[in-house]
Amino acid sequence: MNPAPNDPEPPAHTPPLELQRAQEDRLRRAWQKPAGWRYWSAVNNTEVGVWYTATAFLFFLFGGVLALLIRIQLAVPDNDFLSADRYNQVFTVHGSVMMFLFAIPVFESIAVIFLPQMLGARDLPFPRLSAFGYWCFVLGGIFLCGSILFDAAPRGGWFMYPPLTSKYQPGVGADMWLLGFSFIEIAAIAAAVELIVGTLKCRPPGMRINLIPLYCWYVLVAAAMVLFAFPPLIAGSMLLELERAFHWPFFDPVRGGDPLLWQHLFWLFGHPEVYIIFLPSIAIIAMIVPTFAQRPIVGYGWIVLAAVGTGFLSFGLWVHHMFTTGLPGISLALFSAASEAVAIPTGVQIFCFIATIAAGRMVRSVPMLYTLGGLATFILGGLTGVMVALASFDFQAHDTFFVVAHLHYVLIGGSVFPIIAGCYYFFPLLNGKKLSDRLGRIAFWLLLAGFNLTFLPMHFTGLRGMPRRVFTYPAGMGFDLLNLVSTIGAFLLGAGVAIVAWDIIRPKKRQPLVPRNPWRAGTLEWLPAMPPESWGVRSIPEIDSRYPLWEQPNFVRDVDEGRFYLPDAEEGKRETLVTSVIDATPTQCLRLPGPSFVPALAAVSLGGFFILGTFYLWIPALVSLVIAIGVIWRWLWNGTAVIPEKPEKEIGLGLTLPLYRSGPESVGWWAVVITMLAVFVAFVSLVFAYFFYWTIHDDFPPAGSQGGPGVFWPCLAATLLLAAWALTLLARRANRRDRAGVFSLAIIGAALLALAGGAAILAGPWLTGLDPTSHVYPAIVWLLALWTALHAATGVLFHAYCFARRAAGRMTARHDIDIQNAVAFWHFVILTAVITVAVIAGFPLVK
Amino acid sequence: MRPPHSRPPRKAYYGDAHPFRGLGQLAAGRRPTPLMYPARAFLFLVWFALAGCSGIQSSLAPAGDGAHRIAGLFWWMTGGALLVWALMIWLTYSAFRGRASRQSPRLARLYIIGGGALFPTVVLAVLLIHGFRMMPPLLASAPEGSLRIAVSGEQWWWRVRYHPPSGPPVELANEIRLPVGEPVEFELGSPDVIHSFWIPSLGGKMDMIPGRRTRLTLRATRTGTFRGQCAEYCGTSHALMAFPVVVMEAADFARWLEGQRQPAANPAEPLLAEGRDLFLMNGCAACHAIRGTPARGRIGPDLTHVGSRLSLGAGILPNDPEAFVRWIAETSRVKPGVLMPHFGMLPAAELDAVAAYLESLQ
Repeated sequence: MNPAPNDPEPPAHTPPLELQRAQEDRLRRAWQKPAGWRYWSAVNNTEVGVWYTATAFLFFLFGGVLALLIRIQLAVPDNDFLSADRYNQVFTVHGSVMMFLFAIPVFESIAVIFLPQMLGARDLPFPRLSAFGYWCFVLGGIFLCGSILFDAAPRGGWFMYPPLTSKYQPGVGADMWLLGFSFIEIAAIAAAVELIVGTLKCRPPGMRINLIPLYCWYVLVAAAMVLFAFPPLIAGSMLLELERAFHWPFFDPVRGGDPLLWQHLFWLFGHPEVYIIFLPSIAIIAMIVPTFAQRPIVGYGWIVLAAVGTGFLSFGLWVHHMFTTGLPGISLALFSAASEAVAIPTGVQIFCFIATIAAGRMVRSVPMLYTLGGLATFILGGLTGVMVALASFDFQAHDTFFVVAHLHYVLIGGSVFPIIAGCYYFFPLLNGKKLSDRLGRIAFWLLLAGFNLTFLPMHFTGLRGMPRRVFTYPAGMGFDLLNLVSTIGAFLLGAGVAIVAWDIIRPKKRQPLVPRNPWRAGTLEWLPAMPPESWGVRSIPEIDSRYPLWEQPNFVRDVDEGRFYLPDAEEGKRETLVTSVIDATPTQCLRLPGPSFVPALAAVSLGGFFILGTFYLWIPALVSLVIAIGVIWRWLWNGTAVIPEKPEKEIGLGLTLPLYRSGPESVGWWAVVITMLAVFVAFVSLVFAYFFYWTIHDDFPPAGSQGGPGVFWPCLAATLLLAAWALTLLARRANRRDRAGVFSLAIIGAALLALAGGAAILAGPWLTGLDPTSHVYPAIVWLLALWTALHAATGVLFHAYCFARRAAGRMTARHDIDIQNAVAFWHFVILTAVITVAVIAGFPLVK
Repeated sequence: MRPPHSRPPRKAYYGDAHPFRGLGQLAAGRRPTPLMYPARAFLFLVWFALAGCSGIQSSLAPAGDGAHRIAGLFWWMTGGALLVWALMIWLTYSAFRGRASRQSPRLARLYIIGGGALFPTVVLAVLLIHGFRMMPPLLASAPEGSLRIAVSGEQWWWRVRYHPPSGPPVELANEIRLPVGEPVEFELGSPDVIHSFWIPSLGGKMDMIPGRRTRLTLRATRTGTFRGQCAEYCGTSHALMAFPVVVMEAADFARWLEGQRQPAANPAEPLLAEGRDLFLMNGCAACHAIRGTPARGRIGPDLTHVGSRLSLGAGILPNDPEAFVRWIAETSRVKPGVLMPHFGMLPAAELDAVAAYLESLQ
């Protein structure tokens, strides 16, 4: 590999015109989207991202309609528009849809569209993973939303507190919530992995870490937060589903469980969730403000620092949702202080925007209007946030309409307004047409007025004593007029949303194309000519500024004429660049997979597992899971780690890059490690549950349990799995040295030992007769053991895959991505196994 | 289907002073000029806020120590928040209108460090110190020898057990009475799902969590009738889980509690005696207790003095024979999902007799 020159300049001469045209033809052919019904097999970020965003927006409209139903019901006292049970379903689904089917997915989907463009990449590193995430999302979303039409929707509120949801709500609703959203969360984690790897490894050459567009920084932070926030909820959902389906008593106080554990796990997800929604939305503002100020952002470093700081802090605040659960005063004080502290980085970000506005020459525009409206609304929500974060005040405000008002100010001001601003700002990048300024303005004033009319009175509704989630209220309590005003406001708000929706879908055939870079922005996503081509960027530029379109001379011309990297697709393959994490020096020319229905098939079969599980149809569910594993196997087999026809390729500017890299140099390895980090967080949540039970019981493990699973079997399991891990490492070495015999022996041995280890860890609780339905102690021990055994079983799949790949000649001594990734996976297996054994066998001894 | 709760409860209990009576006067008056709209909107807002002080369930019309402190904190914080908000809006506005050339990097740094970091740090530190100083009195438990009341939230009613400093405990339901001026300690729990015990006029709320005991101390500062309500979503009829709260002079309270301690009087009239017999015959006693009769059920609310309560069905119906009949005959329509089966199959005369008997349990 040639080292990249320090600051390569594009060649000074124009490439011949016929060469440019030929290159464009080849690029166009390689990146062509499939035609006809095969269109739905597209995996390109510009297609999948748009579907994803449109679907999320549809769910937003659905959630909005539910909100209007809520407001109709509450418009007058003692209303009977909805029955109590129906109302409870409506508010549960409203909250859940807005959070899980709109706010999170829309952040990821917008990022899927624009991240590659901002990074001058042709696509994200795993296009098929985006498609898979999208299909999971559609399937799960329709399943969940549809349930309300059959009167079968979840009705436990969007935070699903047990024991209400464990024992007191029979019926399929709660299972649907737990399994359906777990399925969607897995898709969200997949998208987060992709966005992280995309930001870290697929930047244009020269875009060092201090030149990354702010949007990408925010997405990086939010996606990293998804990795740490979602797993506790998935773990909690698993505990609750095990209690519902198999009576394992995790939240049943009679058998040693505790309902508060759910609240900890839920809010450990739920509070970061707020910032996962907010940060990527404010990221849009961070792109809009400099454009309309016509100058670079002021305080780039401060913003990055503040975003990262917010991300960290947001994991230390969850208890402020539990201020009225009777926790000791010291916890209340600590979490009050932490919750207030998060206002500081938020303030820094907002003042950076104000400073940029002050230092710039502002251009009035619709995106800017929504930005300012959003900020004004968000600041009010932030200020009421400061109020409720103070435990003393929260004793009154908690669980009332005051909190409903607060959270809508934060989420609509901090997320919906910026997203609409983003719609108006980014829309030309989709098809070269602008949205209507006039409709945008009308909608804005309707939204602003409707929003405040709806939610401002709610502060007082709440303090006058109206709890949230009530399906009705008696007359004459001082709630009547306030509620009526809120309802009128909600319909204005709805009208505003309807106008925005119309503006987006109205036919624009006869509307002229906008000029290139219509807002005169400075960042890379505005490079494309109108209407944009599906190849993304004509040639991947060398970057040495945060606003290359403003600051790098002849930039657009050089990109257009293909004077930068990868101006061509000689082999007719989809390609993009991989660069190093910090300095963005090019390290690989990455071949990307093309259209395929396999991701959709994988999503359907995996969805089958979760959906059938909802109805406790375990056998068909398992069949569906096996099919899903088969489909994913096929997907990996044909579509990943393909051995290229030549080792390296000349990509322009005198640079030659390898086409295949493995281990830490490959994007796949990063994806495995990052995914496993999320899985490991879920495991840590289970360990947390074990020790949580220890803190609430005087006697844990309980006296009758005689040392739990014993020491022998768990230690045997740890030994066997350690041996399996060592053999996996040996197999990697043997493969690298091309010693087929040793490789085969090692990998088969590793698989057998892993199977034995998995069996041994289960033998512990099995042979000591621990009954998971009798008490929470055996239940959590069984769960930790099962979790480890499942890891071992998955590890065996990795072994089998590597064995088959080598046998089929798809893995060689030099092309060893598969075994490298298997080893990365096994590092986590062994970590999980050792911790599990230390906890279930070791802790009873220490105690 | 008619709504179960469509008939508004007794006026006297919920108070008939409508806080929005002034609305018409505000809207009437001179011909509107364009400037009048924002002015009116502002007036309306102020009035909206102030009107919030009335109401028997309002945290802004405090009648207890905790509620007083928190309401004061609220008004101070609201004032401060509005000031900060106006400042930010003004800053943004002037930044937007200002000329770029005047802005220097130093000013930008001032914005970011001063406005973004220092200003909130100072304000929040002051606020936190103030908030922390408020917490000990809000969380303190009542001194030894105070009245203790154990309240258990059950889907969707309240089991209330009074533990006076002297004398045996008394179990009642769906109504709380307190002596004015004395700290009272509530011991809160739940046998089924999570509820939250909240009397906004007296103080903050506290969750009732199965498997745990939580505590809350309240001290009422004036006599009167208020209303409490479950604040944590607890299932189908969460909205219908309320209770009247009566703050009484200490002597009145002691007299009242003594009265409640007594077993139910024997029915004096034949109709009432018939009602009692029907009550016992139809299996009501399996769930309800009426002290002084064979009825000893523990599943539902104690009915020994049910006729003396201010409401029926946990704060949702007025307490009169008609409402009693409705409750007994259409239970699950009045309160969807409730455990109690309805007795609509009884002939009207029998329903009337049972209602009359229960109403007589003063």
